[in-house]
Amino acid sequence: MALTPFVVDGQSVQIDSDPQMPLLYALRDDLQLNNPKFGCGLAQCGACTVHLDGQAIRSCVMPVSAVKGKKVTTLAGLGTPEKPHPIQVAFLEEQVPQCGHCINGWVMTSAAFLKKNPKATDAEIKTALEGLKCRCGTHVSILRAIKRAQTLMA
Amino acid sequence: MTLFKNTEATNSQENLRGDVDKLSGSSRRDFLSAAGALVVSAVGGGLSTSALAQAASANAAGAVSAGAVGTTLASIAAIKPALKADELDSWVAIQPDGAVVAYYGKVDLGQSLDVAIAQIVAEELDVSYRKVKIVMGNSASSLNQGGASSALGIQAGAKPLRNAAAEARRILLNLASEKLNVPVAQLIVDDGEIAVKGNSTQKVTYAELIGGKFFNSKVEWNKRIGNPLDVKGVAKPKSPAEYRVVGLSIPRNDVAWKVFGTNGNIADVKVPGMLHARVVRTPWAGSVAEAVDEASIKHIQGARLVREKNFLAVVAPREWDAVRAAKALKVTWSASPKPFPEFEKLHEHIRQAPTRKRTEESKKGDVMASLSTAVKVVEAEYLWPFQSHASMGPASAVADVKADKITIWTGSQKPHYARDGVAALLKVPVETVEAIWVQGPGSYGRNDAGDAVLDAAYISKMVGQPVRVQGMRHDGTAWDPKAPASVHRARAAIDATGKVVAYDFTTRAFSRATIDSNESDPRDSLVGMELGLPSKGGMTFGIPEESYAFDNKRMSWEVIPDLIASASPMRTSHMRDPVGLQIQFASEQFIDELASATGEDPIAFRMKYAKAPRDIAVLKAAAEKSGWEPRGNAKRDRSGKVLSGRGIAYAQRAGTIVAVVAEIEVDRKTGRIWGRKFTVAHDCGLIVNPQGLRYTIEGALVQALSRTLYEEVQFAPDKVKSVDWSSYPILEIKDTPENIDIVLINRPEAPPTGAGEATCRVVPAAIANAFFDATGVRMRQAPLNPARVKTVLSTT
Repeated sequence: MALTPFVVDGQSVQIDSDPQMPLLYALRDDLQLNNPKFGCGLAQCGACTVHLDGQAIRSCVMPVSAVKGKKVTTLAGLGTPEKPHPIQVAFLEEQVPQCGHCINGWVMTSAAFLKKNPKATDAEIKTALEGLKCRCGTHVSILRAIKRAQTLMA
Repeated sequence: MTLFKNTEATNSQENLRGDVDKLSGSSRRDFLSAAGALVVSAVGGGLSTSALAQAASANAAGAVSAGAVGTTLASIAAIKPALKADELDSWVAIQPDGAVVAYYGKVDLGQSLDVAIAQIVAEELDVSYRKVKIVMGNSASSLNQGGASSALGIQAGAKPLRNAAAEARRILLNLASEKLNVPVAQLIVDDGEIAVKGNSTQKVTYAELIGGKFFNSKVEWNKRIGNPLDVKGVAKPKSPAEYRVVGLSIPRNDVAWKVFGTNGNIADVKVPGMLHARVVRTPWAGSVAEAVDEASIKHIQGARLVREKNFLAVVAPREWDAVRAAKALKVTWSASPKPFPEFEKLHEHIRQAPTRKRTEESKKGDVMASLSTAVKVVEAEYLWPFQSHASMGPASAVADVKADKITIWTGSQKPHYARDGVAALLKVPVETVEAIWVQGPGSYGRNDAGDAVLDAAYISKMVGQPVRVQGMRHDGTAWDPKAPASVHRARAAIDATGKVVAYDFTTRAFSRATIDSNESDPRDSLVGMELGLPSKGGMTFGIPEESYAFDNKRMSWEVIPDLIASASPMRTSHMRDPVGLQIQFASEQFIDELASATGEDPIAFRMKYAKAPRDIAVLKAAAEKSGWEPRGNAKRDRSGKVLSGRGIAYAQRAGTIVAVVAEIEVDRKTGRIWGRKFTVAHDCGLIVNPQGLRYTIEGALVQALSRTLYEEVQFAPDKVKSVDWSSYPILEIKDTPENIDIVLINRPEAPPTGAGEATCRVVPAAIANAFFDATGVRMRQAPLNPARVKTVLSTT
């Protein structure tokens, strides 16, 4: 067991756990931040994505000890119904998610990507989102929403 | 900009705009005509002649007792009658603030179904859509309408709600008549307010009449449960010509909480004092635990073993510790009996296995005689693999088994059946089990959710604490029930004039459901089988659904034995449009082969033989919208690196008709097929919510595209090798179609039929037919993945 202090969505927290425990379990079970989802535990689907110092990472394979002293942002920290992130507005307006289990991955990954590449082409967007999974087949809506978000952010 | 603010599944929305806003909320109209002929005299609640006549005719049809007709202000109840199908209060309630609650025994899986049901209830009750709240899927508050099943959410599921809402409105008018001392014929309803026509000061609201109280009135129940459950009141529902709310594109309720994460799905359910569990299932097909070294998890804090017969699980207070314990647990597994064929020999196995059952479901004329005298016979065989639901998250469930009460939280799309299964597994009366449904991480039929909830209940009973079970990725991919692999053979006879005179279609396959499509019987669950219950087995498949009128026609199926009799990772059950993709991949490709053999255009050929007028209209719409150019067998230039082609497929599905034109690109070097553009023509009768329907069709199409191009369960004789997204690849974002054009054919005169599955079944053949158009080569085995495409192109 080891103590790991870090910041999540602006709050300082401390987790007492097996240092190898993935960050995902600290967020979901210890901090009750349920937005990152368990999809595969293998970094193959992106459902667990959070931002670590602004970078989109897969929290299911990131040992909690590796985020010591760093800033983690979850979907709840990205935007709220009162103060939404443009990506969330776009996903809402395009009615993207069906089951919704994957949506955290698409929103968090595209938010980090568009911040650095606001004028990305369709091909660049597809490359950036490679590896994320959606099982309900909402891909067409996802791409529509990201294009809409680009407009909102312009 | 406005946003949804609700975090629960209510229908109160704030972003309704334009015509939706006007029509779903605040339009004023005269509902006098809709009030019908039922007149209750103002004094004493007695019945007028016309009311008696209507009640009598209803009774003659086996309908409601006169008691329902005579509901009065004095007979409404302060206490809710018990949940029974023949109680109006089991279906609809008016809250003190005038909001309407409707209790729906099916569930929405992110496709607007709850919105559509609310539109129908609002329509019949003459309230704005905003006032309607749908409570779905909980066994304590809704009846068993079969859960999500076969795209029947509206087709079957809306019927009792529609009838109940109409009946509630009828009674409310009677109560208003009594209260205002004015005949019903002189009353008008606007958004839950009943006023005297021509005197807007004399009025009463639904809330004032009955808010917070109960109708205490009977409806006629057809004595069925599940999908066919229906009830009727005395009231006649509106005719489609009167619809104002039905037909509007009202947005969904569950998007905001998903995008902002302000509410959770089944994976997020936690109850105080619960333990986390992981079920440990063998990696070797057909093997069981011979020895378990309990000491191997001793070092993990709080980790415990749960073992009974062949059922094995670990529990721990912290989830990560349960995950670690499941990994660390040392188990000696018995040798696998190697029950599976070699992967490459799957279809050979299907061809050679004994036939357990053969059924000729459709037969006309003498196919064999016609084939034997034919000028030309066309024959082909088509192969489909095992496929996995591979839901986005492995299933989870929470169970709290107490001595006198069991509560389960489940993402199963059939929560009432999950309740029945838990009661049967734990041998307790079904009344002591309450199932609370929470949306799951993907649900396309009987996936792993049905097993997770029975696992959770069993472990909770064993450890005496609430338990949360979640699978790991391999549980969701390797151990979910599979869509069956199949071999389809088709033959046709063509006469001297080029007319198709005989058509013979046969499927040989594993049963479509070796375990039932719901988990109400523990024999159909992994835990049940691991505890020693015998497998029930299933023996059924299906035939193509279309309206081709060949003079002689036979369609049949043959089912072969299961690979393992119990607890098999390759057990089959229903997966979105069960067996529809398999069958129509073959049948609609074969139709194209016949068009080619007779030198006809694929759409012209279909329109010539399809006889149902709605089918022909759908084909015509797809052809027109896609800009289809008729073609015969003209030579094409196929010298390019990337070849493009177009293909059509059409089918019926339980009343719905769909056609799709696929336009694809084939990269000869990489073998990659890109489904670039699709045109869908879709007729599911009356359309309740056009935008919801479009999203549903889009998702169905893309999911089916994934299954057509990539999905195939890998296995070896002793194990399933598809355990994650690397070993069970699905469609990636780069494969997204550039465009999906959808033509919705609205038929208000036809009752609404399902939309969640029909599109799935036409995609595989449309792709394969487009592949033939592009390359001149037939792909008769799915999936059409790059390796297979390269092989096919290099050997032809």
